[in-house]
Amino acid sequence: MSNAAKATAIDPMTKLADSTTSVPPDTAGEAFASAAGPSALLRVVYVGLLVLVLAAPVIGLYPVFVMKLLCFALFACAFNLLLGFTGLLSFGHAAFFGMGAYVAGWCIKSAGWSPELGIVGGAVIGAGLGLLFGLVAIRRQGIYFAMITLAMAQMVFFFCLQAKFTGGEDGLQGVPRGKLLGLLPLETDIVMYYVVAAIFIGCFLGIRRIVTSPFGQVLKMIRENEPRAISLGYEVDRYKLLAFVLSAGLAGLAGSLKTLVMGFATLSDVHWSMSGEVILMSLLGGVGTFLGPVIGSGIVVALQDTLADKVGEWVTVIIGAIFVVCVLAFRKGVVGEVHAYMERRRARS
Amino acid sequence: MKLKTLAAAMAIGLGTVGAFAQSNSGPVRIGFVTDMSSVYADIDGPAGAEMVKWAAQDFGGKVLGRPIEVLSADHQNKPDIASSKAREWMDKENLSMLIGGTNSGTALAMSKVAAEKKRPFMAVGPGSARLTNEDCTPYTVHYAYDTVSLAKVAGTALINAGYKSWYFLTADYAFGASLEADASAVVKANGGTVVGSVKHPLNASDFSSFLLQAQASKAQILAMANAGGDFTNAMKAAKEFGITKTMKVAGLLVFINDVHSLGLNSTEGLQLADSWYWNQDDASRKFAKRFFEKYKRMPSSLQAADYSVATTYLKAVQAAGTTDADKVMTALKSMKVDDFYNKGQIRADGRMIHDMYLFQVKGQKESTTPWDYYKVVTKVPGDQAFTAVAQSKCSLIKK
Amino acid sequence: MEIFGIPLQAFLGQLMLGLVNGAFYAMLSLGLAVIFGLLDIVNFAHGALYMLGAFAAWIMLDQWGVNYWFALVLAPLVVGTLGVVIERTFLKHLYGLDPLYGLLLTFGLSLILEGVFRYQYGASGQSYPVPDLLSGATNLGFMVLPNYRAWVVVASLAVCLGTWFLIERTRLGAYLRAGTENAKLVQAFGVNVPMMVMLTYGAGAALAALAGVLAAPIIQVSPLMGSNLIIVVFAVVVIGGMGSILGSVVTGLGLGVIEGMTRVFYPEASSVIVFVVMVIVLVLRPAGLFGKEA
Repeated sequence: MSNAAKATAIDPMTKLADSTTSVPPDTAGEAFASAAGPSALLRVVYVGLLVLVLAAPVIGLYPVFVMKLLCFALFACAFNLLLGFTGLLSFGHAAFFGMGAYVAGWCIKSAGWSPELGIVGGAVIGAGLGLLFGLVAIRRQGIYFAMITLAMAQMVFFFCLQAKFTGGEDGLQGVPRGKLLGLLPLETDIVMYYVVAAIFIGCFLGIRRIVTSPFGQVLKMIRENEPRAISLGYEVDRYKLLAFVLSAGLAGLAGSLKTLVMGFATLSDVHWSMSGEVILMSLLGGVGTFLGPVIGSGIVVALQDTLADKVGEWVTVIIGAIFVVCVLAFRKGVVGEVHAYMERRRARS
Repeated sequence: MKLKTLAAAMAIGLGTVGAFAQSNSGPVRIGFVTDMSSVYADIDGPAGAEMVKWAAQDFGGKVLGRPIEVLSADHQNKPDIASSKAREWMDKENLSMLIGGTNSGTALAMSKVAAEKKRPFMAVGPGSARLTNEDCTPYTVHYAYDTVSLAKVAGTALINAGYKSWYFLTADYAFGASLEADASAVVKANGGTVVGSVKHPLNASDFSSFLLQAQASKAQILAMANAGGDFTNAMKAAKEFGITKTMKVAGLLVFINDVHSLGLNSTEGLQLADSWYWNQDDASRKFAKRFFEKYKRMPSSLQAADYSVATTYLKAVQAAGTTDADKVMTALKSMKVDDFYNKGQIRADGRMIHDMYLFQVKGQKESTTPWDYYKVVTKVPGDQAFTAVAQSKCSLIKK
Repeated sequence: MEIFGIPLQAFLGQLMLGLVNGAFYAMLSLGLAVIFGLLDIVNFAHGALYMLGAFAAWIMLDQWGVNYWFALVLAPLVVGTLGVVIERTFLKHLYGLDPLYGLLLTFGLSLILEGVFRYQYGASGQSYPVPDLLSGATNLGFMVLPNYRAWVVVASLAVCLGTWFLIERTRLGAYLRAGTENAKLVQAFGVNVPMMVMLTYGAGAALAALAGVLAAPIIQVSPLMGSNLIIVVFAVVVIGGMGSILGSVVTGLGLGVIEGMTRVFYPEASSVIVFVVMVIVLVLRPAGLFGKEA
């Protein structure tokens, strides 16, 4: 059996988006799902998180840090839409995130757009770039797909390096927050925080809606067994492309949001290590779950930030160690492991 | 029901969360954010943080009766992290002053945060002259070197020494481009010619091709408008291909750590501009000896500048009688700096004007003690080394 | 006389340099191709292993005065053994899984290795001298080529040829190839497949380390030297076809030349040209130049 054949005929149970970490195709797209609908535990977890997000500034969590976390969580959720629910591992997602960040920054700073238009602009660019990448890459499988996305992301990086508007390695600095819809000034962190939280919650619910819709079901079928989907008559490439575009657009949105929060966009947003980080976030949190990317990004961002002033030199080593441990012992990620634990408990009782 | 309690909680909460203004009591906190773990870790890094701590200790550990605390963080060359750390410290730790380490992108981001929160930001490590030009703020001080001074010092000194034709090997990066642009301007203004230039991608591993092009140009000077790993690899290859026999090499951004890692055989005769050298006088040697005892290597000019900038700030606070940023900035811009690092003054645009030097790397035989690498070629006075007032793009300075 | 606007002399000089670099790329991607082709592991730690080889040579010289020629043999042995340890401890748990897991694990390993070395030795890098026998340069007429670079070409090509021969033409190679296609059957014939797999990863690591020793006199021995090269090397292997030894050798050489030419005509793009080529090749030939299609 040739290598290429091996790549496509992988036993689905061992694929990166392991089917045991996420929904069996016949129920509504929920982690923890049972035939009777979402479990009580799940409801509590979601409400708890919602309260936490809404009350964060009040209970003393630093708003700028939580905003940054939400932006990266959104980025990870967007990435997971492609990896966890469609089964495609892209190595170039930083391109969408970073270009969204740059374009939004430029539109708001230099073209004088209001913030919500800037965000939309970033998302549109992300989606457009996703279409471009997708058209080239979608026909390939596995590692070749990943490498094409990496190569194209490198070209985007090069473009960002050369283009004048990005400011090179100095970055696009000094992006003002402006007034939302021309009315609500976003300068204060608290106001900005609730806007970001609202956008994040909206997108999160949007992703859930996509995954649980019939379209999402087809995506899952493609992930599980692509030849069967083809034999059933689905235009698999079109579905994959659409998933790619959606994922890229949301990543672009996350990037634009981040520019608005932090006030700048820099080359580290389009660097391939950013693509690696989002893979780590998804893996750590649990590929193919809804909360997984959120938890995973929370852990990674918190680690980088808190370790920055304590053990600065060791941050990369710790991240490397997390990768290793995750792949060896923790493949389902935090949320996936919890789900598996619940399943075992249910099976025993 | 849940919603009402939530809303009530929010209302109370929002009321108590006020603006994070700077308070004038409690410890005086100095923050230091730099690259601690990547390419610039040796020239600044954790040792730089320690220098700030030494300065605080040597100052007596207290200023205006308040204890001095030093916070440090690794920005991992990510402006996101630098900016959020700066914000967090200013909002939650009542940071009095922020010192910016290497990497211009992070420094620009932090200077904006500092301007927004009204705290002094003193940049030591970054090279971008934008900090005191297009992006100047009333709270930013650019203390050690910048790309303009490096270019001017190397350019004028070498042209005056008779090296009229130049070829640039430039890192394809904003700072590389500005080094080349500034140096070319100086060369042309002084009657020299730029025979050609080539841009190489950052972190290129092989320079042989670019060097061959440089050699073919037959220029007298090969100017390296790059830094760090790119500079050391290019320098090594230049020696290997015999370029150093026919062209004089000028490094536009070279630190003593680079020379040390290359060794004198590869770097003999190299011309470089810098703001300080450990062996330049007794006071510097004293500082260097103390550094060497702890780190087993000599300090770079940035590490010396870290010590100096902290001391200067503390003196300004003492003179102003408060840590209030506006008053401290006024004190900083009116006092004279005179310590082992350098003598000079901070200008209205935030640029610290001090002397710069053109050094030449000694040969193996001339070097008598470990790390005895440089000899002074010329000293360029501050008003000639940095951006002239007339050319400044900063609105704070009156032309 | 001019070619494409530059003098013939200069053109030939750049071509020569491109070939030198290409031979080096070929050698470096060889180990990666061997590991993927035979073991289905996407070894992202390859850059770190290359760095370890260079550091091993430097440490041996610095601490024990072991010279270059011994280092050429010893460093690959040391790193190869480490490779075997890595395979036994980490990688063997991943067989049968999606190869992308192997990629993520080896990526994590590379971060750890580089971080530790960076902490210990700093980022500036260390200098490794060119061995006396190979110092100096030869005037080829159109350019002066340092002797050491000529040696790199010769050594790389020799190693590439040797490895290709070993895998494609000998019985050991046949066992290896058979073992990765159908381990159970080969094992039933009495061949110790797990041992072979372990040694193969070790050999791949040794090849990376050998490239590191070859590189040490040319570029600074720094903990970051591998991460700068790793994605280019990956690109070479992918373009050549992920299982094909011949593919990565030919692609390495070709890419060295293409990159060299780019350095003359559009130097800023010389680091991204690899990726442009990769996209073009993968669109036209989905499994790479010499890869086998399903």
